[in-house]
Amino acid sequence: MADYDIPRNLRYSREDEWARSDGERVTVGVTDYAQQQLGDVVFVELPAVGKTVERGEPFGVIESVKAVADLYAPVSGEVVEVNADLAEQPEAVNQDCYGDGWMVVIAVGDASEVESLLDADAYAAYVGERSE
Amino acid sequence: MPVQYAGILAEHRAVREHAGLFDVSHMGQIHLRGAGALASLERLVTCPVASLRHGQVRYGLLCHESGGTVDDVTVYRSADDAFFLCVNASNIEKDYRHVVRHARSDAEVRNRSDETGLLALQGPASAEVLAALAEPDPRGLRRFHFAEGRIAGRPALISRTGYTGSDGFELYCAAADTPALWDALLEAGAGAGLVPAGLGARDTLRLEAALPLYGHELDDDTSPLEAGLARFVDLARGGFLGAEALRVQQRDGTPRRLVGFELEGRGVARAGHALAHDGREIGRVTSGAPSPTLGKSIGLGYVPPAFAAIGTRLAVTIRGQAIAARVVSTPFVGKA
Repeated sequence: MADYDIPRNLRYSREDEWARSDGERVTVGVTDYAQQQLGDVVFVELPAVGKTVERGEPFGVIESVKAVADLYAPVSGEVVEVNADLAEQPEAVNQDCYGDGWMVVIAVGDASEVESLLDADAYAAYVGERSE
Repeated sequence: MPVQYAGILAEHRAVREHAGLFDVSHMGQIHLRGAGALASLERLVTCPVASLRHGQVRYGLLCHESGGTVDDVTVYRSADDAFFLCVNASNIEKDYRHVVRHARSDAEVRNRSDETGLLALQGPASAEVLAALAEPDPRGLRRFHFAEGRIAGRPALISRTGYTGSDGFELYCAAADTPALWDALLEAGAGAGLVPAGLGARDTLRLEAALPLYGHELDDDTSPLEAGLARFVDLARGGFLGAEALRVQQRDGTPRRLVGFELEGRGVARAGHALAHDGREIGRVTSGAPSPTLGKSIGLGYVPPAFAAIGTRLAVTIRGQAIAARVVSTPFVGKA
């Protein structure tokens, strides 16, 4: 089985997004498992700043050479920042999914929403189930 | 064959710059032998057959009476009365039934797909890699020619053909020998940059070369003339299934033509997306992908002939948005 990087300080959704909470600002990207499954990312479509996103609803699109996948919001709130660099360098999602490959920052109304996401152990178990 | 090993882009670049090895054993081989083999093939395929020399390969099509395409194939001639067709995996059963139905009684038809292995060694370093293991020396083979010999001591048919738009070889062997040949080739080619490659790279490579993929650019209802394959249809000879219908199409024109296009806006065109002109849908994308060589999105699709000229402005409808595109000449990569 392949190895997947699952940092302990992040929270995870079952749609393979990660969320890093900084008070009411939550940074969101896709996990190492997701980027490995997709392969070479060639295009990322992100919402405009100011857009409201709903937990569990699609907020963007990620395309690799072979596949298209929706990006699902792990928390509800307003998009306050988007990673514009991904337009020119979508490969950052493959190279550094938890760093330069971040996608959006969402201002959440309810900071406890992040706490209800999976922790690293629970997400690792969820990835393991699908890798068997 | 998996979709990818190290990643589609890395495998794609390896084939364009060095070499890649594909296990395409899923493809089919239908053999025709006997006094009636040549006449049967002249009835079955659109390309010239009688003029094939021993050790020569030609690309051609199997057509229905309607002119629709049963499959696209390569025709190998190893003797006056011995040929085989290499056919698409998804069409093996259909092709076999079609061939049996239309072959003469003095031709023996055998489906040898299960007992035959097939590796595609593709890329500019292929000849050097193969020369270390094969006899006769593959560097002496011309494009679309083949020789029976040995690779790493095992019997093999070495064909200078491929489906990538780069130089390379297709290597037929006994199915049981495939894993040993795979390992021997990867070992021999490691120093030359040879890597294992999967279906994903096979698809982006053939798309850059604008080679049709059955089920996308070709199907039972699509004729080779619509697909821009007229040079593989020998209407002067005629006599093959579909020739009458194709003559009419050639005389009257076809309602649609396959074109290659490049996206000018961001995004990736995929099979099934609508092609539009001035806001009106005029056709559909049949294949699309980001081109690793060109660094932009490319695709193939069918449009009415009025929109097929090089430079025509189109739009691809991607998730409801019209993304600007332009008809370009094909192949996309490796233009003469």
